[in-house]
Amino acid sequence: MSPIHAKRGVQILHDILPALALAMLLAAVFWRQPRAMSYFGINLLLNLAIPLMFATMAQMMILAVSDLDLSIGPFVSLTASIGATLLPSRPELAVLAFALAVAAYALAGALIESRQLPSIVVTLGLSFVWLGCAVLLLPTPGGLAPEWLSSAMAYRTPWLPMPIWMALLAAVLGHFLVTRSAFGTLVRGLGGNPTAVARVGWSLIRVRAGVYALAGVFGVLSGLMLVGQTTSADPNIASRYTLVSIAAVILGGGKFVGGYVSPVGAVIGALTMTLAASFLTFLNIAPDWQVGMQGLILIMVLGLRAAIDRLERIA
Amino acid sequence: MAIDSIPEVLFEVRDAAKSFAAVQALRGVDFQIRRGECIGLVGHNGAGKSTLMNVLSGTFAADRGELRFAGLAVGSGWDVREAQRLGVRSVYQELSLCANLSLAENMRIAQPQIKGWNWRMSAGSQLVGSLERIFPGHGLRADQVVGDLSIGKRQMVEIARAFTPGALPLELMILDEPTSSLDNQAAAQLLAYIRAFVALGKSCILISHKLREIFTVTDRIVVMRDGQVVESLLTDQTSRDRVVAAMGQDERVVEKTSHALDQHGSADAPMVVKVSSTKEARAEIKAMAGEVIGLAGLAGHGQTDLLLRLQAGSANLSDARVWIDGATSFVAGDRQTDGVFGLWSIARNMNVCWLSQFRRRVFIDLKKERDGAEHWRQRLGLVTPDLDLPIFSLSGGNQQKVLFARALGSSAPIILMDDPMRGVDVGTKHDVYALIADEASRGRTFVWYTTEFDELFHCDRVYVFNNGKVVGELSRAELSEERVLSMSFDEVAA
Repeated sequence: MSPIHAKRGVQILHDILPALALAMLLAAVFWRQPRAMSYFGINLLLNLAIPLMFATMAQMMILAVSDLDLSIGPFVSLTASIGATLLPSRPELAVLAFALAVAAYALAGALIESRQLPSIVVTLGLSFVWLGCAVLLLPTPGGLAPEWLSSAMAYRTPWLPMPIWMALLAAVLGHFLVTRSAFGTLVRGLGGNPTAVARVGWSLIRVRAGVYALAGVFGVLSGLMLVGQTTSADPNIASRYTLVSIAAVILGGGKFVGGYVSPVGAVIGALTMTLAASFLTFLNIAPDWQVGMQGLILIMVLGLRAAIDRLERIA
Repeated sequence: MAIDSIPEVLFEVRDAAKSFAAVQALRGVDFQIRRGECIGLVGHNGAGKSTLMNVLSGTFAADRGELRFAGLAVGSGWDVREAQRLGVRSVYQELSLCANLSLAENMRIAQPQIKGWNWRMSAGSQLVGSLERIFPGHGLRADQVVGDLSIGKRQMVEIARAFTPGALPLELMILDEPTSSLDNQAAAQLLAYIRAFVALGKSCILISHKLREIFTVTDRIVVMRDGQVVESLLTDQTSRDRVVAAMGQDERVVEKTSHALDQHGSADAPMVVKVSSTKEARAEIKAMAGEVIGLAGLAGHGQTDLLLRLQAGSANLSDARVWIDGATSFVAGDRQTDGVFGLWSIARNMNVCWLSQFRRRVFIDLKKERDGAEHWRQRLGLVTPDLDLPIFSLSGGNQQKVLFARALGSSAPIILMDDPMRGVDVGTKHDVYALIADEASRGRTFVWYTTEFDELFHCDRVYVFNNGKVVGELSRAELSEERVLSMSFDEVAA
């Protein structure tokens, strides 16, 4: 009996590790700056995490089928650019553009499955397409988000600051969509053993296209929220999301292959990545070190995870 | 519906052909199965059994030929979905479960008809119900993740999943080497269940290399050779010899008196492997140079773990209880997971372990590499038109031969084998047995985990495992199936 208990203990350690990292980072921030422990302070600290959380959800969908999306950053930039140009002036055209963008994502998924292409290559190519479209729409930084969107993003939510509500929403949504639902099970099955899924009669092309379409929907949501916060856009506004979203999923307990992802962990990962960047301002360290800090936290958490795995093997 | 209107013949195939690039896997097969019949499909590796199964189950479309299911012609629309709708289900030799999902989730993927917000619960209880019916005492739970299970348990789950009734009918069950990873007890349970299943008027096709199983359970035996059905015999009117003759090879029965009894290692040979146990002295494992050591016992009782520890020990990883003198080379049994490099050619798969022998400064001597691969192709009688073809162009047994060549071609003095004969035909087996005896006489040591009892007679000494521990050591003279079985079940019963 005891090996099973030990195994379960290790599993619990695994699950709470991302939350633990976030809690420690938050504690460090509050220790340096007790005034951040307020509605306004938390809002300021974590506001930037809102669009990143949804970009992370998009990345997680792709990682769940053992693929990798190198185009999510430019894609979010493009949807933000659409939000700052077409959406206020010609809303119906903007909706059409979003629909086309999601359809393009679905098509990419279908293509990757039917031609057995590596997702990295296809999405790397797509990232330049998205960037090109964004530059065509918005040659210089600017534009203006529609009033309703900016005020929605500036809304003072009751009880808890908006980033917390959004994190709860994304985590619950992701958990039901990917971990609990039958569709999510199929998605993770495709990530784990595509042959097994095909042998029981599923069309892999449809499933993969569906996964990519969902990722596209999350990408659109992310872009809209981003442009709502910043009120104007820039074709490169979210380019760093590509790598940060991958890091957030991995930080949250996901794996690159095998269909192992955790939506709750991914949301926590996105919060951690944002906090890691803003933490430095509290230490009076130049923001140039932000990316380095994110990397450091990633290495520490992954190192701890490897140590836990070792523990499991000994147990 | 009146009984008369149900056609007696459930599934009929006429003149089916299928080729993969250069390999003609089926050359005009005629085959039929009646309701309530259990057919044993036998033949060499590469005889076309698996391809025929894939055509019946809708995974592959035949190049030509006619399929009739329950009296109705099914044409180009015959695919997995259609086959399942009409009641054809299969259990494949290469396991098809998603390792990252739980048992219940795997069940749901196979039967999307399980609906409702609580599908997890109902899928899980249906699957556990079938496990209970087929393998009483299985000890599995619906929320366990497949990746944490041994290969034997996974096979039980997959078989039980296929036998779970569900919303779609179940008329024909096709089982491809279903017992290859099961221990004797589970295999016996499955065979009994197949008889009960067929007695209900359902049909079953059993593909197996274990003729004893075929003779126990089937009504009719269909023999395939070179992509054709060469013989169809009623099981109770034929004999083992006749079936073996039809497969196109004479069975070389293990001669207990011939070379198999020669002691491979001599008593004064140096010791090369020693695994000590802190708890019990009898649980110590030793191997001398040139010995063939067998690891026996029920599947998944720690034999593979021992091989992995030996492998780690030779790489100087710290394990104080393992002492090993010299390099090791590993022959994997679970080809898909631990064995082949799917994207590489046959030749590259073969010599990936011995590339250092062909090194010319930092480069690889391509000519030497080619000669090396060619040498092993001839020594093992590998059936392929070209060594540069992808590894998956080979049948399962031939892929396994490549893995043998990979291990034996290296310079390692100790070879570890993890049930390497899983799903390999009799001819290949005897080739490999001779090869092992030959290599052992030149001083190589083999540590051999096998689930097939007959193979233990090729070993000098056998250690029997039970619950992760060695519970007994038998010399070849002492070896008998009863003794191994009683040791295997000893502590479980206590």
